[in-house]
Amino acid sequence: MQKLANLAIGTKGEIRSISDSDLEQKLLEMGCTPGEKIEVVRRAPFGGPVAILVSSYVLSIRKEDALKIDVKLLKDE
Amino acid sequence: MSKEQIKIALAGNPNSGKTTLFNAFTGLKQKVGNYPGITVEKKSGKAKLSDKYNAEIIDLPGTYSLFPKSMDEQVAQQVLCNNTDEDYPDVTIVIADATNLRRSIFLLTQVIDLNMNVVLALNMVDIATKKGILVNVNLLSEELGIQVIAINARKGNGIESLKQAIIKTIDEKPKKPFLDVTKIFKGVIEKANEIRGVENNYASFLALCRQKLSGEVLNRCALNQLCKQYEIIPERIQAKETVKRYKAIDKVIFSCVKKGAPVGKHQFTKKLDDLLIHPFFGYIIFLLILFLLFQAVFSWSAYPMELIDGLFTDLSIWTANAMPKGMLNDLVVNGILAGLGGIFIFVPQIAFLFAFIAFLEDTGYMARVSFITDKLLRGVGLNGRSIIPLLSGAACAVPAIMSARTISSWKERLITIMVTPLMSCSARLPVYTLIISMIIPADDFLGFNLQGLVLMIFYLIGFVSAIGAAYLMKFIIKSKERSYYIMEMPSYKIPDWKTVIYTIVEKIKVFLFDAGKVIIAISIVLWFLSSFAPGKKFEQIEQEWSGKADAEMHIAADKLEASYAGIIGKTIEPAIKPLGFDWKIGISLITSFAAREVFVGTMSTIYSVGDDNIQSIKERLKNVKNQETGEAFFTPAVGISLMLFYAFAMQCMSTLAIVYRETKHWKWPVIQFLYMGVLAYLSSFIAYQILS
Ligand SMILES: Nc1nc2c(ncn2[C@@H]2O[C@H](COP(=O)(O)OP(=O)(O)OP(=O)(O)O)[C@@H](O)[C@H]2O)c(=O)[nH]1
Ligand SMILES: [Mg+2]
Repeated sequence: MQKLANLAIGTKGEIRSISDSDLEQKLLEMGCTPGEKIEVVRRAPFGGPVAILVSSYVLSIRKEDALKIDVKLLKDE
Repeated sequence: MSKEQIKIALAGNPNSGKTTLFNAFTGLKQKVGNYPGITVEKKSGKAKLSDKYNAEIIDLPGTYSLFPKSMDEQVAQQVLCNNTDEDYPDVTIVIADATNLRRSIFLLTQVIDLNMNVVLALNMVDIATKKGILVNVNLLSEELGIQVIAINARKGNGIESLKQAIIKTIDEKPKKPFLDVTKIFKGVIEKANEIRGVENNYASFLALCRQKLSGEVLNRCALNQLCKQYEIIPERIQAKETVKRYKAIDKVIFSCVKKGAPVGKHQFTKKLDDLLIHPFFGYIIFLLILFLLFQAVFSWSAYPMELIDGLFTDLSIWTANAMPKGMLNDLVVNGILAGLGGIFIFVPQIAFLFAFIAFLEDTGYMARVSFITDKLLRGVGLNGRSIIPLLSGAACAVPAIMSARTISSWKERLITIMVTPLMSCSARLPVYTLIISMIIPADDFLGFNLQGLVLMIFYLIGFVSAIGAAYLMKFIIKSKERSYYIMEMPSYKIPDWKTVIYTIVEKIKVFLFDAGKVIIAISIVLWFLSSFAPGKKFEQIEQEWSGKADAEMHIAADKLEASYAGIIGKTIEPAIKPLGFDWKIGISLITSFAAREVFVGTMSTIYSVGDDNIQSIKERLKNVKNQETGEAFFTPAVGISLMLFYAFAMQCMSTLAIVYRETKHWKWPVIQFLYMGVLAYLSSFIAYQILS
């Protein structure tokens, strides 16, 4: 299990859980449900936001929020 | 046969094309653009559906769900969840972005479960097709139990079918819900229905989740009691329901959406992003774009500006000769035409400025800038989303301040509102341009237009001071609320040129007519104030000088000083003298409180009263002499001091009014007025004292 914030660009994975109820609320409704596949596509410099591809759109969230998201890594098919 | 009037609401995720469809329906031209959060308040318009039905259409701000996170989303929830709201719709059109169907359907099914009459408009099918996404519309319609119409809001395709579908939906009976909350939370929903006195399972569920539906305040206590009794934690049931809903949606998506290979250049967005949000080049490009903007505003518009200036000078000369000599002639030429010339001349610059901003907004670049600046802006108490109000503040602070509604944290939103007016708006442009052209030579500096560079420096001063002010306010304004930056990055789109051109034309019209009206009024008042004096002052002056050398010139100068306008200017002169301003500038400062654009017109009117030579504004001001030294009055010290004053001072009634409306407290506009005023006075004072 990995934290989303620590993943390199291009890493693919599956959302496991979000450990903060307030944040979870906001991300769930945008489609970041457990089991959903994601890919890290961008990282802003200086510890800025992380952009992920989730259900075919790009979503950006702050790094410290991404630290609260557990991701199971997927092997490239 | 009398027509029936129905209400239709347009709901959907941000950036799904609601306003584009609204415009297609109503023929209106509300603002569209390619980033989430353009529409922040509800707008209504009229459309004809058929011979039998007329419709009032309400465009709502975009929202991802009926659980609002920011003020704009709340506006949408208010209308959709409250059947006593004056805008509660008979039919709701939910607009879904076909490239983003899973997320779009989430809101759709929530709306269905509220027992509303719904039609799904499937938009952006053109882009989906290119990406290889195929949606089976018939199957989708069957699975959801509602009508689904594929449209292209930009081109206006599918609007007729959509109208038919709406009419068919008007009298539909409530269907079975997409997700039955009574099955997930047994017993409690029925109880909540009882407390609320309505039979609406999903609305009761939302109320249990502590959503602030209006009218719920009364039931709050009883509902909280119910939660306790059933051991329900509102956040938990909301999360549980959301996950279940997405599970059900995933089944629908699985059967209705097929993903094939993308056609053509789907990599476009990725390739462009490699450059535009590159950790290093991203920032360089951002600065380069701004730099280009100021070069464009200065060099490219120089020629058309001269043309307009020449036209007005000719027109004034022609009018002066064509009209009989006397008071009226003087009023028209030196009052009205002088004032109007001061505004028309800036049309080319305004056009370039707005064209640039419209282009940035419609391509999808704004969301990128927000992405790469979030970290920096957070450090000073703002949010990545604040960059959108700040940048559009370069056009006008009023819509910019409203667009801060998408910022969910109150503190960050408030700071954004408080500092946005420091960004140099288009109304300051005329002031800057005029002064720069007087004190800075039109030379090239390292191959760049020097005047354009100075202009850019002034815009940077605005930006830097906004950031600085935000940083201070971060420590003063207290809040425990958490802040988030959760933002969708839309794929790039080629701007809709029609929209861009329309926006420019519209902005110029507003600039000319709104500012024009004020300017004509002020020019006239000013002309009167400067052409009359209390008592017999004017006669005395004429007698005094009669027969002496250069009588006419001295009479004109002394008359202006003795006039009502002169008296007002002289009264405030001691206060502004340390800034390098004389009483004539003092008058311009006062009139500028109506709107900054008035400055140039006022200067032009004041300096032309009593001057029989008709010249262009620039010439006229260049020839103004300092009474004491006899040299040109507008020295670099005076010019820079004056520009700094305009950069910082809060001289805009409309902005103060909108700040009051958005913050709902008079305290904020007052603080804003004061802090900007102090900043303006101090910086002008220091600059003048050092430079002179
Ligand atoms: N290619 C394509 N672009 C579209 C279509 N419909 C809308 N757009 C574009 O999508 C972008 C967003 O449109 P808007 O109408 O501003 O979206 P909105 O839903 O009102 O957005 P918010 O007000 O932010 O919630 C604009 O750039 C439109 O030109 C379509 O059918 N095809
Ligand atoms: Mg809109």
